Amino acid sequence: MSEPQSALTGTTCDGIAKIREVGLQGMITLRGDLSATEIASAIADATGCALPALREITHEGRNSVSWMSPDEVMVFVPYDEAEATAAKLESALTQVHALVVNVSDARAMFELEGPNAREVLGKLCPVDLSPDSFGQGIIRRTRLAQVPAAFWMTSDASFRVVCFRSVAQYVFDTLKIAAQPGSEVGLYTQANG
Amino acid sequence: MLILECPYCGVKAEETEFHAGGEAHIKRFGPGSSDADFEGYLFNRENPKGVHFERWRHANGCGKWFHVVRCTMTLEVFGSYSAQVSEPPQEIRDAITAKRPGWCWRDFA
Repeated sequence: MSEPQSALTGTTCDGIAKIREVGLQGMITLRGDLSATEIASAIADATGCALPALREITHEGRNSVSWMSPDEVMVFVPYDEAEATAAKLESALTQVHALVVNVSDARAMFELEGPNAREVLGKLCPVDLSPDSFGQGIIRRTRLAQVPAAFWMTSDASFRVVCFRSVAQYVFDTLKIAAQPGSEVGLYTQANG
Repeated sequence: MLILECPYCGVKAEETEFHAGGEAHIKRFGPGSSDADFEGYLFNRENPKGVHFERWRHANGCGKWFHVVRCTMTLEVFGSYSAQVSEPPQEIRDAITAKRPGWCWRDFA
């Protein structure tokens, strides 16, 4: 069997922020009635994470669970654990109407790091990324230039960006242009005074 | 540029994050209906200067469909509400009345 490869095999780029394709990352889509207690307990058993509230992301060790829509969450686990976690979720949810799919190979993930990371994303997404309105614990699904994407903060100066694998090269190139040296706007640093 | 609020995920964003889905509250006439009803369902649309009801989809976000009321002349948005209703809720009607007294749109007023 062939070895799994991430979309851009860990390509990196340095500009006003550091961009890195994260590599293989396990991602599992879970759809169902999120108010059902079975779903919250299945997620807690499989990942240790709490069920995230509206537009939130919860973390536990290397696992994360993010809110995606009123009836959907995305479960992030290490790539080699994705199959087992998906199977575990599926077997825990046989009694409720739910869908569990391992979508690890259908997505790409990027890391954006540096004091200007907010600006780089702010150039591409119609989202207020000022520290007052966007911080850790929030996930935002939106438009990144011309494609759908989602992102959240892993520290005060770093983001994780998730997109469809088919547009990974586009997202990387677009982020690279938004992060080209000398292109700082200083919007959020001004706002901070 | 319209600023819309998705009633499902509470995100307030500009219109490029959404996708317009045409006129709202269209009553479907399918097989067995009269030709006139079917023609009306298929082709006849409102084209108001003023209050208008539309369907939108949060295409680059949670993916849900919802309803929006806006003014076609000023692009003012009066509110958005769930897609799972066949007529606008009272608070939306009140919000329109506050800005456009005496408004009417198809059977709603």
